[in-house]
Amino acid sequence: MTALLAYTIFGLVTGGAYAVVASGLVLTYSTSKVFNVGHGAIGMVMAFLYWELAENRGLPQWLALLVVVGGCAPAFGLLIERFVMRRLAGAPVGVTLVAGVGVLVGLIGAAQVIWPPQARPVRPFLDAFGVHIGQSFVSGHDLVTLACAVLVATGLYLLLNRTRTGLAMRACVDDPALAGLYGIRPTRLSALSWAIGSALAALGGILLTPVVQLDYVTMTLLVITAYTAALVGRLRSLPWTFAGALGLGLVQSYAVAYLPSSQFWIAFRAAIPALLLFVVLLALPQSPLRIGGVKGSRGVAVPNARLTAVTAAVFLAVVLTLALVVDAPVAGQLALGVVFGTVLLSMVLLTGYGGVVSLGQFTFVGVGAVTVARLGTSSPWALLAGAAVAGAVGALVALPALRVRGLYLALATLGFAQLMDKLVLQSPIAFGVRGSLQVPRLAGVGSAQAQLVLAGIVFALVGAGVLAVRRGRLGRRLIAVRDSPAACATLGVNVRWIRVGVFALSAAIAGLAGGLFAQLRETVAASDFQLFNNLPLLLFAVIAGVTSVTGAALGGLLLMLLPLLQSGFPALAGVLVVLLGVAAAGLARDPNGLVSWIFRAWRPS
Amino acid sequence: MRVDGVTVRFGDVVAVNDVTLSADAGAVTGLIGPNGAGKTTLFDVITGLRRPSAGRVLLDGADVTAKGPHQRSRLGVARTFQRLEVFGSLTVWENVVVALDSRRRPARLATELLDRVGLGEFASRQADTVPTGAARLLELARALATDPRLLLLDEPSSGLDRQETDAFGALLRELTAEGRAVVLVEHDMDLVMGCCDRVHVLNLGQLLTSGTPDEVRSHDGVREAYLG
Repeated sequence: MTALLAYTIFGLVTGGAYAVVASGLVLTYSTSKVFNVGHGAIGMVMAFLYWELAENRGLPQWLALLVVVGGCAPAFGLLIERFVMRRLAGAPVGVTLVAGVGVLVGLIGAAQVIWPPQARPVRPFLDAFGVHIGQSFVSGHDLVTLACAVLVATGLYLLLNRTRTGLAMRACVDDPALAGLYGIRPTRLSALSWAIGSALAALGGILLTPVVQLDYVTMTLLVITAYTAALVGRLRSLPWTFAGALGLGLVQSYAVAYLPSSQFWIAFRAAIPALLLFVVLLALPQSPLRIGGVKGSRGVAVPNARLTAVTAAVFLAVVLTLALVVDAPVAGQLALGVVFGTVLLSMVLLTGYGGVVSLGQFTFVGVGAVTVARLGTSSPWALLAGAAVAGAVGALVALPALRVRGLYLALATLGFAQLMDKLVLQSPIAFGVRGSLQVPRLAGVGSAQAQLVLAGIVFALVGAGVLAVRRGRLGRRLIAVRDSPAACATLGVNVRWIRVGVFALSAAIAGLAGGLFAQLRETVAASDFQLFNNLPLLLFAVIAGVTSVTGAALGGLLLMLLPLLQSGFPALAGVLVVLLGVAAAGLARDPNGLVSWIFRAWRPS
Repeated sequence: MRVDGVTVRFGDVVAVNDVTLSADAGAVTGLIGPNGAGKTTLFDVITGLRRPSAGRVLLDGADVTAKGPHQRSRLGVARTFQRLEVFGSLTVWENVVVALDSRRRPARLATELLDRVGLGEFASRQADTVPTGAARLLELARALATDPRLLLLDEPSSGLDRQETDAFGALLRELTAEGRAVVLVEHDMDLVMGCCDRVHVLNLGQLLTSGTPDEVRSHDGVREAYLG
């Protein structure tokens, strides 16, 4: 009984901090209609800043808290709103998502530059204080957290229901254009909501530091937890969001208390937010088909079959020549770039043509890699098996996830990546927690040079296949479903099966690339496929161009070069990541990416 | 086609309230009413894009209320959209081919269909670049590509000039002569009164009256709904 009380209090405290973070997310989203994937990252950077002021520079805790939450965080929110998000008003969900991922990756890069990895203990608030409730001790920090949650809830309630600004904000949620006609300035409200949202992310992040430790990725991924809570309130209702957050806190706390402490269950606990995310998504009603308005986009020109064949032949000739002249380490790196290019081809199909943004594509690479590694044969069938298993997993995920669209879907893929990372890839059936697997290369393709040629052949075949799809019936249908699912449905197209099919096909391509990746590396581990690797993948896809095979090739090479540049110029490592984020946030509007500039330079007409 | 006691609620608002009406093969059925009368919502219900809160949709006497939009399309239902839903990234020709593909009809019919609605010259244009009137005709060509038995047209003439509207009226008569049932939601009263065999009048979600164009024209409630 005492234990139950203690864990309940602990759960409510954690839930209270989640609620603070989640309410910021809801406020920003409902007012500006931009879902801030970087919400957790803002909280992370601000928590580091708090550490800098309170622990490193010796400011009193209350002053540091005030400076960060009351000054730096809102100012930063305003900056992001002004220079990134405002330009994206009314843009498709995919665009704002990519910009948000760009901000996220950029912030992590910045944090790593400013605060290089080391242990950074943060003193809890009111350390000397605490009360006993029955047998359980409630620390001063816990009390502060609960007080903050109550204050935030009350403050937001008063703001939204008792002030003119709040009324205007609620009007903006329903129809910004209409609200504008009544003399409300949506941009000013959106800026305000970003300022408050960032402050809440910072407050939540700082309150959670004694619980989750100061860590770049863990705190950034708080966005999944916050999102799950916000989803309980359908990204709109603050009371439901608070309820969701408290519920999540309790579930996690009880999980710590009552689940066995074996390896699997420890991983399971970490996956709880992602798991609940799926539960909530499944409970949501199927999103209705959007009706109204012409959607169109200009892709880069699609080459005909002959040009495709010629280009593929030239590409293979170049790869073959390179394989003959370069030494093994270089060939290995080039092969890696081509394999990444193949992963990006899966995104050309899914994101470029199908308009579905997936934040979990690299996880399918992991599935393919595990399959090939576990089979352990040097027969070419292993690669196909990897593709088949990844495709099957893709279809399995797509069935529930594709009930929802756009933003919800993209975040569901993020939740999926987290689940796979914690529950499957790190489990004994895959790699094991810190384990790795040896992978034999295909018979006769033992050298790095041969691996390069093999990767080149696969890329050329898959690339030609993707283009054939684009030119043919399936490609037209894919684009039609992207532009207007409602019209497709009334023309007799089964929208759902098209979506599931293309998701599975794209997962299969990623799985095929995963098999190549595993054989190229010869040793693979779960850490190669962690959730976080998905984000640079999406950014490079968009920067290089997600609508063309050339873009995939370029993106693959860039993706391969990034760690090389980072290890070659350690001082620049973080700066590169920041640049990557900035480039993605800037380029998000043009999905044709860098290669469309190259194409334009090629054919000036 | 028959709509039987259909009600659609959005929260507390009743957009369509217990409406029963029918449309016959070989005839143009008009569906008129002021904005917000529930005409487009009714089209959404008939095509299966929206589930009604109550009531049934019958095709040739069979209840299709539980069927999805793509299944109804295969039973011969097609529509155009008031707020355009062309595939903006595809060419005009490809728009029609997507519809032909879905019914396993040969792609060469696309040119024929585009000529029929008078869009031959637009065939290779990207669909989000054509003028509104042309986009409406494209939606018609695309709907015809599924060879529908029931064709629902949502304000097809807005964006057309007088001459194009007359040509459109002639096309409607051709379509019904082929034995199709056409339902026309339209604000152009000349077109409605000139083309329709029967007219249903909706107001605030309820069926106000049904009858021939002449009967409807002389109905007091109709004048009131439109003017008052």
